[in-house]
Amino acid sequence: MKNLKLFIPLAIFLVLGVFLLRGLDRDPSELPSALIDRPVPAFTLPDLQDGTQTRDQSLFQGQVSLLNVWGTWCVACRVEHPFLVELAASGVAIIGMNYKDEPQAARQWLVDLGNPYQVNFEDRDGRLGIDLGVFGAPETYLVDHRGVIHYKHVGVVDAKVWAQMKPFYDRLQAARDRERP
Amino acid sequence: MTGARVVLLLWLLAGSAAQAVIEIAPLSTAELEARYRVLIAELRCPKCQNQNLADSDAPIAADLRGEIRRLLEEGRSDDEIAAHLVARYGDFVLYRPAVQPNTLVLWFAPGVLVAVGLLVLVAVIRHHRRSAVASRPLAAAEQQRLDDLLDSCEKEDRP
Repeated sequence: MKNLKLFIPLAIFLVLGVFLLRGLDRDPSELPSALIDRPVPAFTLPDLQDGTQTRDQSLFQGQVSLLNVWGTWCVACRVEHPFLVELAASGVAIIGMNYKDEPQAARQWLVDLGNPYQVNFEDRDGRLGIDLGVFGAPETYLVDHRGVIHYKHVGVVDAKVWAQMKPFYDRLQAARDRERP
Repeated sequence: MTGARVVLLLWLLAGSAAQAVIEIAPLSTAELEARYRVLIAELRCPKCQNQNLADSDAPIAADLRGEIRRLLEEGRSDDEIAAHLVARYGDFVLYRPAVQPNTLVLWFAPGVLVAVGLLVLVAVIRHHRRSAVASRPLAAAEQQRLDDLLDSCEKEDRP
């Protein structure tokens, strides 16, 4: 009994060690999204290419898509852009939310760097951004064919991140295909 | 703490918060302004993490302050405003999280740990006392040896 007591500090140390070790791998800036399994919030915002047209949440009906939050002021978005172009070329539907940006600069960016987006709309004052829980750019949401958000990634989407998102994407795509008559 | 002291503390906190933020237009009433200051002191900036909305210079913090001002002017209650932000940014934005299943450890672990620590302390003290009582006085021969040892130490200490 007395000998067992001697091991208590070691046991406490081991338990603490396991927790601290796990903490090393975790990125504290990665917050779980409050919008997982909830529909894309309602909005009516101007189209980036044609300011006279408006876009709304019905954009996300009928196809599995990525909602990408970007801006020309965002350096990481420039890093991410080539991979989005690649994804779009492979057939992934990407819808862009141009976040707190100058529309003129944004249009020029798409001319210069290529346009991976099916549709782009402007959230100039960041109101939809707040409804989506956006706290920076880039952020990317995976949305199913009913307009429900299933996954959120904060930061640059690259091949490594896409490898994590792809299983979700494939599953949603399969679910959609089953429903198609 | 009494209710009045809590109010005073919040008021002082709010005062420091107000100095940190320069807003363009004040809210329509002093009551709203006071509630606004308490809210931005208690809500956390999702981008900069260890700052509240009042202290943060991040654009998103400015946006959220604007959102809170808008909701206050719409006549929403403090709880509604907090719920509004939690629905979008998660429990993370609350510096004072609600008591719910996933925050039980957060709320009660410190108290439990202090209680366990006190119990251990009491046990150690009792154990110590019992063994002190159990120790018998020295026998004459032992006492003699102790005195000799102390004497020799003293001699060695002198130059």
